[in-house]
Amino acid sequence: MYSVNDFVIRFANVNGTGSASANGIFAKSIFRLGVPIAPKNIFPSNIQGLPTWYEVRISEKGYLGRRDGIDIVVGVNPQTYADDIASIKSGGYFVYDNSKRLHDSFFREDIHFVGVPMMKLAMDNYTDSRKQQLFKNIIYLGAISALIDLDIEIVKETIAKTFARKPKLIVPNYEALEIGYNYTKENCNCPIDFRVRKSDKTGDSIVIDGNAATALGLVYGGATVGAWYPITPSTSVASSFEKYCHKLRVDKETGKNNFAIVQAEDELSAIGMVIGANWNGARAFTATSGPGVSLMNEFIGLAYFAEIPVTLINVQRGGPSTGMPTRSQQADIISSAYASHGDTKHVLLFPSNPTECFQFSALALDLADRLQTPVIVMSDLDLGMNEHMTAPFKWDETKAYDKGKVLNAEELDEIEVFGRYLDVDKDGITYRTIPGTHPTKGSYFTRGTSHNEYAKYSEAGDDYVKKVDRLLIKWETAKKLVPKPRFENAASKTPYGMLFFGTTNYAAYETLDLLGENGIQIDAMSIKAFPFTTEIFEFLENHERIFVIEQNRDAQMRSLIINEYNYDPKKLDSILHYDGTPITAHYISTSISKALNKSEKQSQAL
Amino acid sequence: MTFAKPKFRHPKSTKNKVGYLKSDYLGTVSTLCAGCGHDSISGAIVQACYELDIEPHKLAKLSGIGCSSKTPAYFLSNSHGFNSVHGRMPSIATGANLANKNLTYLGVSGDGDSASIGIGQFMHVIRRNLNMTYIVMNNGCYGLTKGQDSATADVGSINKTGMSNEYEPIDLAALALELGSSFVARSFSGDKTQLVPLIKAALSHPGFAFIDVISPCVTFNNNVGSTKSYDFVREHMEVTSSIDFVPHKDEITVDYQPGHRMDVELHDGSVLKLDKLAPNWNPFDRNSAIGQLQLAKSRNEVLTGLLFIDENTKDLHKKLNTVDVPLNTLNHTNLCPGQDALDKINDNLR
Repeated sequence: MYSVNDFVIRFANVNGTGSASANGIFAKSIFRLGVPIAPKNIFPSNIQGLPTWYEVRISEKGYLGRRDGIDIVVGVNPQTYADDIASIKSGGYFVYDNSKRLHDSFFREDIHFVGVPMMKLAMDNYTDSRKQQLFKNIIYLGAISALIDLDIEIVKETIAKTFARKPKLIVPNYEALEIGYNYTKENCNCPIDFRVRKSDKTGDSIVIDGNAATALGLVYGGATVGAWYPITPSTSVASSFEKYCHKLRVDKETGKNNFAIVQAEDELSAIGMVIGANWNGARAFTATSGPGVSLMNEFIGLAYFAEIPVTLINVQRGGPSTGMPTRSQQADIISSAYASHGDTKHVLLFPSNPTECFQFSALALDLADRLQTPVIVMSDLDLGMNEHMTAPFKWDETKAYDKGKVLNAEELDEIEVFGRYLDVDKDGITYRTIPGTHPTKGSYFTRGTSHNEYAKYSEAGDDYVKKVDRLLIKWETAKKLVPKPRFENAASKTPYGMLFFGTTNYAAYETLDLLGENGIQIDAMSIKAFPFTTEIFEFLENHERIFVIEQNRDAQMRSLIINEYNYDPKKLDSILHYDGTPITAHYISTSISKALNKSEKQSQAL
Repeated sequence: MTFAKPKFRHPKSTKNKVGYLKSDYLGTVSTLCAGCGHDSISGAIVQACYELDIEPHKLAKLSGIGCSSKTPAYFLSNSHGFNSVHGRMPSIATGANLANKNLTYLGVSGDGDSASIGIGQFMHVIRRNLNMTYIVMNNGCYGLTKGQDSATADVGSINKTGMSNEYEPIDLAALALELGSSFVARSFSGDKTQLVPLIKAALSHPGFAFIDVISPCVTFNNNVGSTKSYDFVREHMEVTSSIDFVPHKDEITVDYQPGHRMDVELHDGSVLKLDKLAPNWNPFDRNSAIGQLQLAKSRNEVLTGLLFIDENTKDLHKKLNTVDVPLNTLNHTNLCPGQDALDKINDNLR
């Protein structure tokens, strides 16, 4: 079972006890050791008192998806001992608080039990009950560091960096760390079979959660108005945006804000504000999750039909209804792609890591202005709320914002008659004006009711058809502007392909290695946007059998492909994972192997 | 359906201080029922903007859905307009205002739009003290869907089908006062001498200004027994002969001296009681305004005029401490922090 830099460790905590900070320091320390990490919070929709887990996959090879099977559990929550112990792989370790004796019934023959009196050590060293609680977390951090041979100096560096702004906390945290570390060194067999060792596999990577990256992209992309309503898992997009704005967007001379953030009364109001601000020439966004998008549907249709830019961040969670608010899914594909009544379809972007969250949220602001339509960034809880190791952020400073076709006063003077919905350039995108631009030209009446090319109310069928057909021309133009898919081709030509998007990327790329070990050749395509570009169509045409991997029950991306291309459903196999946990490479590779074996047997039988 | 208006102008038309004729503030021909109170309010808006010397392109007019929300097409053709979705005008106005604090924002809504489907947005835009004028054209019924009671219909008011309303009315002016609106007024569509100055005051007010304008529906709230209706006894048979029939009526107008209560006899014989605020009324006292509204309600009277004003109000931009220039004028040089700042952020994330 001996394993260096390749194992999964899980901390079983009670929420509201301050364990998040200790767990974060643990993951960051491994990262600073040069070893890739994939941390995941598994938490309830609750403030205090319920079980919560923090899982870190440590992978020298850089696999950042979730992996099935846990090698070490640090059990700090007796409520979940039974399940935690059952979850450990044979040969693994259960590191637990033995301040109280563990009942015999919990013991398993095939795993190791390491008792550390965490609470007792805390009680012996601290009198204040809050301190006992908080430092117990750092004590177990010290204990696990000793067990997996993690250099305590690296952990100290991380502590110093974490509490850089609260330096008073640094030394007490060092002390607690040493209490746990020294006790474990002296009383337990250290190190255990799972250990870490200094490496160089993190390069110039950074560690950040997707929501913070999204918020930063919105700051860099020039959003000045943010309107939002609190909902898990998107709330931290707005709070991070506010945090970054206060840091980066306050006018140095006047102390006034180059931004406006409004916590709206509901999601309907949030998107209304975004539409109003974009209509009036500012860049505005809202962030929400599936239930919020459902509420926004009417307004999304208005923005589509009246052609107003909207940037919408959808951090998906488990649905329908309240569903699993603290679990991850990719189950809003259809409801976002075709949001609202009537014939509508919307541009979707699918970031698969925080770097893409940063890029795509900035891009969404450009695309929304360029296309004058809603653009939805399809993140998910796993991406948004968990920290990920990802490439550092880069910004092309030579590039100005693409504000799209907006006429200024001089340009209006040059035109004889302004037609708000007149397709002058034949690309489906018409020219717009911002209120207040010109005293006599360019004003028009925006409405969700049917209108002609001059924005005049019209119930004439041909005016309506002309309008909605032009929106399809715009849709074609969008295909040329959205990010193209990323391909990973097999060594030799293969009839098999697999396609995926968003956070499935992590597990999917690992799958290629697993399948390769089994001699299965398969081409891979990661979809980055809807509408689908020609490259996606070519990939579909060039393969006989394609596995569509997605994290929902109803194969929503598959439906979208079939619908948009009139593609043969028989050629599209679904691999679906929707229990709310992030999909794993093991799950995908097993599913594909089984499917291919089965078809091989079938053809042999024939 | 829109009609072209004649371009002919009266030779004696005079330009206002910003060089516009009153006709420059007109909209397209109204498609509302002839005699609709809403058209008088549109006229009052035109008059108020002309007299206030507002450059039409510096005003944005916004609305939700309903008869009242159609009216922005019928005034200020040279202004940008936005006919949004039912009950959601306040959020559109909020976003628009956040983008450019330098325009004048005029929102028009109805009792269905603001007192029912949009009551949440109505209440929250007041809380935020958005710098806008918010006019509700209040007729106690849903016109476009043919006459259902609205939430402002009074208890005992009899609707078109003869049913008496059993539900407590929502008094939007009282609600606005309660929620901290910095300007609250009530008026009557037929009283232009009162309405025009009120609209002018509201447009000039640097915070949220609310005017509840009682505006009778000639078509669907014209039956005897309705507290927000007028009906012609002599036209009654025409109405009952076809529910789509729209009788041509003169708008009701009323003219009276300040400080006088006046009973306005409506066409159907019912009475609209108007109580103009006394000259010694203190418009700065929110509590007494709330009390007076309650008192008037208990007397079956409609209290009109300016009810409350707080001139030293702090609007949403002040609360948010936004820069002096409109946010929509900022570009990447003001907004993008650049790669250096990004490098520092990257470093902190390692």
